[in-house]
Amino acid sequence: MSETRAGHTEAEALYHRPAGLTDVQMRYCPGCTHGTAHKLIAEVLEELDIIERTVAVATVGCSVYAYEYFNTDAVQAAHGRGPAVATGIKRASPETIVFTYQGDGDLAAIGLSEVIHSAQRGEKMTVMFINNAVFGMTRGQMAPTTLVGQKTTTTPLGRDPEMSGMPMMICEMLSTNPGVAYLARETMIDPKTVRSAKRSIRKAFQTQIDGAGFSLVELISTCPAWWHKTPLEAMQWVRDEMLVQYPLGVFVDYDG
Amino acid sequence: MTQRVMMTGNNAVAEGAIASGCRYFCGYPITPQNDIPKYMAEHLPEVGGVFVQAESELASINMVYGAAATGAYVMTSSSSPGISLMQEGLSYMLGSELPCVVVNMVRGGPGLGNIGPAQSDYWLATRGAGHGDGRCLTFAPDSVQELHDWTFEAFGIAQKYRAPVMILGDALLAGMSEPVRLREHREPPPRDQEWAVGGLREGRQRRIVNSLWTDVEVMEELNQRIAARFSQARENEVRWEEYGADDAEIVLAAYGISARVCKTAIDDLAEDGIKARLIRPISLFPFPVEPFREWSERVSRIISVELSMGQLIEDVRLAVEGRCPVDLVGHSGGVMLTPDEVVCRTKELL
Repeated sequence: MSETRAGHTEAEALYHRPAGLTDVQMRYCPGCTHGTAHKLIAEVLEELDIIERTVAVATVGCSVYAYEYFNTDAVQAAHGRGPAVATGIKRASPETIVFTYQGDGDLAAIGLSEVIHSAQRGEKMTVMFINNAVFGMTRGQMAPTTLVGQKTTTTPLGRDPEMSGMPMMICEMLSTNPGVAYLARETMIDPKTVRSAKRSIRKAFQTQIDGAGFSLVELISTCPAWWHKTPLEAMQWVRDEMLVQYPLGVFVDYDG
Repeated sequence: MTQRVMMTGNNAVAEGAIASGCRYFCGYPITPQNDIPKYMAEHLPEVGGVFVQAESELASINMVYGAAATGAYVMTSSSSPGISLMQEGLSYMLGSELPCVVVNMVRGGPGLGNIGPAQSDYWLATRGAGHGDGRCLTFAPDSVQELHDWTFEAFGIAQKYRAPVMILGDALLAGMSEPVRLREHREPPPRDQEWAVGGLREGRQRRIVNSLWTDVEVMEELNQRIAARFSQARENEVRWEEYGADDAEIVLAAYGISARVCKTAIDDLAEDGIKARLIRPISLFPFPVEPFREWSERVSRIISVELSMGQLIEDVRLAVEGRCPVDLVGHSGGVMLTPDEVVCRTKELL
């Protein structure tokens, strides 16, 4: 084998699919950040060596097939009920690491009660909250997190707060909840934010391993298909619009 | 043989579950079943179990779904409006082939109704495990002893058929006290089902609990698998009791608390020289077709006596297949039947 650069051999893999992912091709659209989120979670599961004792809870939305992608045991939950299902798994099998993977329709609309009460009970689980301000799988309806003025199929003139209220701020809402041990909002639009997102995801799972309480990471995500933007425009729209409404940061850190 | 103790129906259910090896209970308050969660909250921790008070019946049944996915014996209990909310979860459990036990202490309805005794959830239980092609294996005890025994047995049945089992009681059975011979406690069985998730995988293949099948052929295979299990239940789990004259001229059909009323009515009718027989379905689904088929050829008519506006009567008519008339004597909305009323109506119809 010949030396190429910086002491690496040709046969040495510099990048590989994380062991936390299966070899199944994902069904996500070009420019959607679900793939990045999956990869980061899978890398964290591998690095923390918890793949073999993790149960992923897939919910309803574009990520409904998450049970095919994560290389872990998995349970598919009814729309919005992921945190209740995760509660049952964790209480009946406390040695298991449990996480839900939920979009904004699933978590902030139909499943708001389940996530708040799981947090309230301090369930030792981790929630991955994908916020792309729209219902994706059902073709682009308004979500609770849709921005003011954002056009969706059910807000054709743009979201009007008089008609539909203001965007729902999940992290801000949960930040006063005493059961929450780790809470952060991240995005994945450039290498810096991707690295930061991974740090928070890792911390969220570590929180559960430490038995410290409920952990949630909100990932501000893209939906080029239903934002009617190119992938690059979608990234820019996150920077210009989404992050103004949803400031990034760590809201709660039990050991920070 | 252990001594008998006085116990309410609710407490007998809870004790039956713990004796059977149930260690996980999730529930939400609703009258008239509140003594079940109370008993579980008090006694589950003593045997290393976990009680969770959920924020709603939606959450209860989905916590049950999660715990069941780990292979554990798990139960919830509620009453009619709460069982309506659980329908989605029951459908998911059936679709994901997960066992659980659900107790419904039925109250008057529809809507918020009241907390009187009723049997108006017969269809909800026997026709409904929510949307889709499913139903609940349903057992209807008629005494505090039977509530205890059937709750004990229900966990094994649920595991055998990988499906929700419903115990159907009512407000009266829930609250009344009777002597009960309690079951010996047994240890929870090992969670060695080939489908159970969680725990340490230790190299085994990963497992998925799921009811999503976009390939319609695969979806139909699941439905056929469930239907085959129900057929198997029709072979093995049909239970009924018969009471009264062997040469009866009329048959009363009743389950649960209505059957208790009918037993008194049958004794009273006998004193008046009228030979009547009770057929009491214990398993409501699978339904005991055979005794109704047999007796429909020997009596002038069958009367369905129920605390609903005519639900059990449909299964009786299906079993009878037109061989004799089937009439309804019923109350609903929390109004209780009396033996005198059953006697009078039987005489009128005879």
